Parts: sequence; structure tokens; C-alpha cells
Amino acid sequence: MDLSSFIIPLLLSFISLWALREKINVYDALADGAAEGLRVLLRIFPHLLVLLTAVSMFRASGALDELTRWLRPALEWLGIPPETAPLVLLRPFSGSGGLAIGSDLIATYGPDSTIGRTAAVMLGCTETTFYTIAVYFGAAGIRKLRHTLAAALMADIAGFLAAAWCVKWLF
Amino acid sequence: MAFVTVVLFLISFIFGISSGTMSKVSSAAMSGAQSALELCFSMGGALCLWSGVMTVLERSTLGLHLGRGLRCLLRRLFPEAGQNDTILTALSGNVSANLLGLGNAATPMGVRAATAMAAGCGGVASNELCRLVVLNTASVQLLPTTVAALRSAAGCATPLDILPAVWLSSLFSVTAGLAAAWLLEKWVK
Repeated sequence: MDLSSFIIPLLLSFISLWALREKINVYDALADGAAEGLRVLLRIFPHLLVLLTAVSMFRASGALDELTRWLRPALEWLGIPPETAPLVLLRPFSGSGGLAIGSDLIATYGPDSTIGRTAAVMLGCTETTFYTIAVYFGAAGIRKLRHTLAAALMADIAGFLAAAWCVKWLF
Repeated sequence: MAFVTVVLFLISFIFGISSGTMSKVSSAAMSGAQSALELCFSMGGALCLWSGVMTVLERSTLGLHLGRGLRCLLRRLFPEAGQNDTILTALSGNVSANLLGLGNAATPMGVRAATAMAAGCGGVASNELCRLVVLNTASVQLLPTTVAALRSAAGCATPLDILPAVWLSSLFSVTAGLAAAWLLEKWVK
């Protein structure tokens, strides 16, 4: 039994007791919130559909292999293990794709190898950027992103660099 | 996002011709669309439940108590949205869920904050909205449980020994993202 499995049951019990104390109907609040959640889901679905269709086509086209070849020397120059190139390319677009490539790298090179560790840290310190932007701005009805994408990608690049450097430095 | 979509479609088409993978690309378009629906179904229940938890927080005083330590930070990051108690509750819920690694909980709370912050923006992202999204695209997780599970699945005895590296890298990436947003917001209208 691990500690993290306590979080959700504990939280649910705690908030319902608290609500009881303040005479708030937990059942109604949960149900109203769930209805709101369904509306959020409906608002984000069309955006997910476009993004996931495009990403799925991109992955099937085999473009990733070619782009990986171009990216390798750049990564090597920056001190990032070049084997992680497909992860660096796919991570911002696809959560499941990033996880699949990451677990493949960890299994192939071993979880305690530099490459395996770098891949794990990369997965831990970045998010699926385009997905997050599509979900948040889709739901909020924002059409002009302004500088969001540039700043978010900057965070990704910084995360990838820091992952490689931290693993080299700490292990 | 329109630009990203066009680029992805064109790259797929060109590589479909040059490497003879067109039939795969074609079926991937349909299966990708299908996977969007499946994703909505698979995360829908959790998302609605967390949205319900958020509503309980909003209706009780718990929302106000949540993360007093976070509030200082959040008021500084979001001076305008921080004035509004409902948005501030959603924001602290979003950041706490992110820290705990509850991705399915972070999304409805963050989306709730974003929707409220976007009211009156006329479809143009405000500086604070950009900051919120950057904060969410750069993962700030104390316990990266998914990655730890991947490592133990590969036979690692100490799957969490990467924690210091993950924390340092996350800190670096969030700082870089917020700094970039702060620099760019003056130039991009």
C-alpha cells in the first residue's frame, strides 16, 4: 500500500465532513460540479479532435524518423543524449506518444543508464504543451494566443536542457 | 494553433508521398479522431468528479483556506485575477493538483480559472492567461508518479532517485517559461 493511494479517498472524506459542518449539501455540490465538468468536456472535445488527428497523421507518416536525424547533431552539441531526439520532438504534441517513446528508451537502455534517466526526468519536468494550450484556450474561447506558444516552448526547451544537465551532474 | 495544424497536415502529406506511408497516414487521420473521443470518455469521469470537488471547495470556506502559502505567490503572479476569490480558489486548486500530480484534477480547476479570466477579453489572451497556461504547460510536480511507474516497470529498484533532478529541471523550466512570457508580453500585442 503506497502513500499516494491515500490522497483521493482522504480528500473526498475530508471535504464532505467539512461541508457537513458548514451545512452545505455535498451531494448537490458534487453533482452540480460534475454537470459543469461535462460542459467543459464538450467545449474541449472539438479542439482535441483537430489536434489529435493532426498528431496521429504526423506520427504515421514517418516524418519523426527524418526529423530525428536532423535534430541529433544539435542535441549532441547541447550536451543532450541524441537518443532522446524522438522524445524531445514528440513530447510537446502527444502525451501518450511521449510516454510510449520514453518507456521504450527506459526499457532499451535501462532505467539507471544516463539515457534512461534523462528520458525519465524529461517526462517528469515537461507537459504536453500543445494539448494544454488547446484545452485551456479552447475551453476559454481564446483565439489569439499572442506570446503563449513561444513562452511555453521556451519552458519545454529549458526543461529538456536542464534534464540532461541535471542527470549528468547529479549521477 | 492554425499554423501548427497546417504544418502537421502538410508534413504528414509530404512524408506520406516520399516514404510511401500514405495509406497509414490516411487511416491514422480516422483513428486519431477516434482517439480524441476515447480520450474524452476515459478522462471524462475523473474530470467531472474533480469539477464536483472544486464546486464543494467554492461553496464552503475550504476554498479560502486552501493553500494560504500559495495565495501570496498567486496574487503576485496574477494581480488582476487574484482580486477575485472564486478565481483565486480555482487557481490554488489548479496549482495544488499539479503539485500532487493529479493531472485529471488540475485540468477542470485550471480551465475554470481560465474561463473566468477570459471573460471580457474578446478572444485575445491576456498576459495573466498566458502566464496561467505557461504554468500548466511546464509541469510542476512534486511526485512524478507516472514516470516512477515506468521506471519500476523496467526493473528499477529506486524509481524515485530522479526526484532531485526532476525538481531542479521543473524549477528551471517554469522559471524560463515565466521569464519568456514576461519578456514577450511587452512586445506581442
